[in-house]
Amino acid sequence: MKKRLQSQSVSKLVDALLPIFATLAALAIGALMLIILGANPFEAYGALIEGAFGSGNALADTIVKATPLLLVGLGICISFRGNVINIGGEGQMIVGALAATALGLAFPEWPGLLLVPLAMLAGFLGGAIWGGIPGALKAYFNVNEILSTIMMNAIAVQLMNFMLKGPMMDPVQASKASRIPQTARLAKAFDLPRLIPTRLHLGTVIAVVLAILVYILLWRTTTGYRIRAVGQNPHASRYAGIDVKRQIVLALFLSGAFAGLAGAIQVFGVNHRMITDGSATGFTGSAGFNGIVAALFGQLHPLGTIPAAFLFGALLVGANKLQRAVQVPSALITVLNGLVVVFVVSSEIWRRHREQKRLTDAMMEQGEGKPPPGIKETAEAEAEP
Amino acid sequence: MIEQLLTKAVLVGILTSGIRLATPYLYAAIGETFSQRSGVLNLGVEGQMLLGAFAAFYVSLTTGNLWLGMLAAIVTGLVMGLAMAFVSITLQAKQGISGIGFYLFGLGLSDLLFQKLMGTVETVSGFRPIYIPGLSDIPIIGEIFFNQNILVYGAYFLIFVAWFILNKTTLGLKIKAVGESPQAADSLGVSVSKVRYFTVTLGGVMSAIAGASLSIALLNVFQQNMTSGLGFIAVALVYFGGWRPWKVMIGALLFSMVNSLQLWVQVLNIPIPSDFAVMMPYVLTIFVLTVTVQRVRPPSALTKPFERGH
Repeated sequence: MKKRLQSQSVSKLVDALLPIFATLAALAIGALMLIILGANPFEAYGALIEGAFGSGNALADTIVKATPLLLVGLGICISFRGNVINIGGEGQMIVGALAATALGLAFPEWPGLLLVPLAMLAGFLGGAIWGGIPGALKAYFNVNEILSTIMMNAIAVQLMNFMLKGPMMDPVQASKASRIPQTARLAKAFDLPRLIPTRLHLGTVIAVVLAILVYILLWRTTTGYRIRAVGQNPHASRYAGIDVKRQIVLALFLSGAFAGLAGAIQVFGVNHRMITDGSATGFTGSAGFNGIVAALFGQLHPLGTIPAAFLFGALLVGANKLQRAVQVPSALITVLNGLVVVFVVSSEIWRRHREQKRLTDAMMEQGEGKPPPGIKETAEAEAEP
Repeated sequence: MIEQLLTKAVLVGILTSGIRLATPYLYAAIGETFSQRSGVLNLGVEGQMLLGAFAAFYVSLTTGNLWLGMLAAIVTGLVMGLAMAFVSITLQAKQGISGIGFYLFGLGLSDLLFQKLMGTVETVSGFRPIYIPGLSDIPIIGEIFFNQNILVYGAYFLIFVAWFILNKTTLGLKIKAVGESPQAADSLGVSVSKVRYFTVTLGGVMSAIAGASLSIALLNVFQQNMTSGLGFIAVALVYFGGWRPWKVMIGALLFSMVNSLQLWVQVLNIPIPSDFAVMMPYVLTIFVLTVTVQRVRPPSALTKPFERGH
């Protein structure tokens, strides 16, 4: 009995370490690619680590880069737990940022203490609406949310380009021939406060606090329980009297809201204006996709997403140093992110097999007339990996 | 402004480029149709396309032989398809998410190789239109349909082949059985994983060819992220077409015609902001998915991994 519990805790530890193994495997393949490209992998990864953590400023940049990943990732935790796949982080970030920036541009005279919270709320709602539309389409018209969120990304990009070259364009740019799609700089009073004399800003604190709140939402409130219940078994949830359609809309609404907030914070905390090169990545830096990677790496747990976002923020910041040191394009990081996703989802099979074994073990013991300790634990393990 | 679009030359232009622009959608969507019919959602299409586009372009550029370029794309698609198959069939990974992983992988790797091996945007002289004696000379019709390159003809021929395989052969029967009821297929001695390996790998090859059709037949350049969502739209077209090749083709044509119209609107300087014109096809996709999807039922086992005895 004791031995079984021991082996259980060992396998739980292995479960927790699976993402680490997945990342190491991705890094190993990355090393192989570096060798093929004629670069020394140790030198390359050394430069990456130095670029990400080498100085106070580097570390601050890493945290700043991690902030939108964490926020988007929190939204991903909510939607994926509800078994709704939100690939629309990019578009939701853009629309959230557009809403927040528009508010900031419209009322430059307002005190920061009033406008900034309102702008954050506008970002939250902008993203929520952009996520809520695919949510409603899935719930009431059975439209696959993966596809609709991707289409909403493309629509948001064009909306952004139109706004930043038209109604919201920087008057300075409008008078010049270059016509870079960007807005004017927001009033200085609206800058999110810096924490220490680096680029680190209040947005990071907001994100970490929200991570705790999302944890509470998902595991300590009935709303969160309903979302997760629908995610695990929509049919059973329906019999239990849960309005399944509503949970689907809510999951995507909230998921979009966090991405929208990420966009607003990116503007008010980092760029202080909205700017793009005409593509989604030009504004988001692909945080809408990388946030998915971070959330998966954090095992779809809001608190696990914190270190995960930090890790991927480091990869992104360190990539520039790597590029300069060994002349390998920073696109290598996108490749590694892709591999991490593939490896993390592939490694799930081991967890599932072990869980199944635990369940059968527990059932066998029950058959022998003993209490089934495994069942409750398994249920918990599934809810809180 | 409407009159500008209604001249004969412009209408023929819109239709001609509409027929041509459907090509990458057709290859990718037909490949995806096979893999979804067998129960596997491959969301990595976009990444496979990008790698196929790069392989075809780079090999064509360096060897000067377009067919070697095609071969390179096919081999790339084969490898990527097998990888996707291994992850989703053998390792039973969640298909929607692993597909996004493969997308990021292809996006990054094609960008990386482009920067490392080429550095600047170059052009190749791609497949040229084929003159078909008689047919190409028919006024208007000849111009629209029979003045295209080999990959365009191939794409439309493929629709027929796909329909034939799915509806008139045992292989098609097996694919559909595996996608609808893997347990039943298994009990009849059909190897579920073999069939799925075949369809997913085929999907990878088709996606890569779709990419090649962009880089060495339609646009004749390679750029970072040149597909810009085209692969995802191809997946949407499969839903739109209700998993049937002919309807997938109608969707692809509808989409490419709107795209072509949108390009002409820009060419003719019609005062619609170009951003809204570019937006049109995506809005249309969502709209069309909303009105059509409810009526067709996807393959029952779609995205569900198969394990004996469950």
